[in-house]
Amino acid sequence: MKRRTPWAVTGRSVGLLLLWVPCVVIAVFTLLALVLSAVGVGLPLLRVVLPAVRGLARAHARLAENALGRPVPVLALAVSTPAGSRDALGRVLDADIWLTGRAPDVRSLSLGDVTAVTVEPFRQGGRWLVDADAWRLLGWLTFALTAGLLLSALVVALVPVTVAALVLALVLPLPVPWVAVLVGGGVVAAWAWWWRGDALGRVRAEADAALLAPGRQAQLEQRVQDLAASRSQTVDHAAAELRRVERDLHDGAQARLVSLALNLGMAAELLDDDPVTARTLLQEARGTTSAALRDLRAVVQGIHPPVLADRGLSGAVEALALDLAVPVTLTDRLPGRPAEPIESAVYFAVAESLANVVKHARATRAWVRLEADGPLLRAVVGDDGLGGADPARGSGLVGVRTRLSAFDGTMMVDSPVGGPTLITLELPCAWSSPKTSPS
Amino acid sequence: MRVVLAEDLTLLRDGLIRLLTAHGCEVVAAVGDAPSLEVALADPTVDVAVVDVRLPPGFSDEGLRAAIAARTRRPGFPVMVLSQYVEHLYARELLASGEGAIGYLLKERVADPAGFVDSVRRVAAGGTVLDPEVVAAIMARRAVSPLARLTPREREVLGLMAQGRSNTAVASSLLVTEKAVAKHINNIFTKLDLPVGVDDNRRVRAVLAWLRDEA
Repeated sequence: MKRRTPWAVTGRSVGLLLLWVPCVVIAVFTLLALVLSAVGVGLPLLRVVLPAVRGLARAHARLAENALGRPVPVLALAVSTPAGSRDALGRVLDADIWLTGRAPDVRSLSLGDVTAVTVEPFRQGGRWLVDADAWRLLGWLTFALTAGLLLSALVVALVPVTVAALVLALVLPLPVPWVAVLVGGGVVAAWAWWWRGDALGRVRAEADAALLAPGRQAQLEQRVQDLAASRSQTVDHAAAELRRVERDLHDGAQARLVSLALNLGMAAELLDDDPVTARTLLQEARGTTSAALRDLRAVVQGIHPPVLADRGLSGAVEALALDLAVPVTLTDRLPGRPAEPIESAVYFAVAESLANVVKHARATRAWVRLEADGPLLRAVVGDDGLGGADPARGSGLVGVRTRLSAFDGTMMVDSPVGGPTLITLELPCAWSSPKTSPS
Repeated sequence: MRVVLAEDLTLLRDGLIRLLTAHGCEVVAAVGDAPSLEVALADPTVDVAVVDVRLPPGFSDEGLRAAIAARTRRPGFPVMVLSQYVEHLYARELLASGEGAIGYLLKERVADPAGFVDSVRRVAAGGTVLDPEVVAAIMARRAVSPLARLTPREREVLGLMAQGRSNTAVASSLLVTEKAVAKHINNIFTKLDLPVGVDDNRRVRAVLAWLRDEA
């Protein structure tokens, strides 16, 4: 995992400390809303403050994402407000009353509008009052106000503590043991700040992430959504691939075989009368056969490269690397052969990444690492080129991500401008037959 | 010339037998899978094996492995490997032992029967014949030392040598005199620091250096 610099960790902790202030304000209002809910009038207030709590939670999640380097999802509040209520509120508030002091034109408001702005906030507030996720959110708020604050304050305090201890040791006329204690304390604080700050910051981030994680139900819903999206992408992708293969065959090998048949037919007709022309036609036919075979090889290469079938992922990547214009070092730490569909997906992902290196990176060398990490197959493609690769800006990397998502795979691109570029592909993978190497 | 042939597609196997026989070769065994190939290669009187890369039972690279295995038992045993596709990687593995007597061609090269049989004969005589596609793949790579020391023309000559062409053939295909080709080849030997020895052996070494170099 990438280690954050002490400065970045401190900066983030300062941000968390600043966020503590709105947390306190919102907490006061939340407490008030909860107390008042006992007599009913707090419910609309709850309707307003809980989304605000969630907003703060999201801000914390952002910082946690930054610290952990992975997405930190935030649990959602079940909103049952009818679609029209926001418009209704708008219509009511939009009335001239604010500008002109005139009362709104009550006749233009429907009964639904009136309900939406009067009854609905009570209903929603009441629902949240008994909603487990809302209470988990409040649990997180309590943590952020107490232990969370202490954790962040500790990280921030390490710098001033170091400075203060050393300055005091120098300035005050203290007996030697005291100076030693102060200097020792300063050194320990400095060490903790430089070497352990990242871990401390991570503790806070992990706690935030755990407390804010969506419930099982929400996770499953999200999973269903992701699967539906990746399935439809996969179907589209597969259809497009078949269409491409069809077109390649139609315009390539098929067309050449037609012309081959024509040549052979004409040669047969001319064989007796004009053997010289017949010979020319036969020679042409031979050339056409070669071209048709070349086309077919290209199509096969695009569907499933033969070397992948022969040698598996490692061998195929090795063969791929040999043919590139940039020297590629392959480190292969795979314990066996993954399932064929996974091999194929990873192969094409690596091939696309390497093709990008050759096309865009202006690198002098590249490297590929294949390894297993528990149930994950990881492929890392790196180069020493220009960097600035952005999967969002078109290019084949989007296709790679789509292809991998069908296997629950992920692609991470770390490519700062100026380089180097690091593309990490990860797929869940069951390992089958142990690897056999060529004799 | 006594030939062992391994090809699993009956149609192509029969065609190859006809082609080799018509050109004066004796096909002593024609087999369709890897185990039978191993048995056939045990015969010490065989001059050359013509082997398809992909063979039953596994339909992966059994033919290639059998060829490499046969050469570990009988160093320098001439093998002509045929395939529907060519891989730079396989060419390297075949040539790794450094003994030459290796051919590696696309199957479709049989469309030129005389040329094909000529290639088989050259392999049987200890030469090296690589498919133009393999040669092109290597040519496409960036020049790195020591090949970077060669001039473009010398690289061209080396590429043709890798395809198994004789000096005469290289000269006619580059439209230069044989004397000029010989001069280029001498320059290549010098630049690649190849020790003086039998000319054929040096040719193989030059090709090997060329194949290995870019890694």
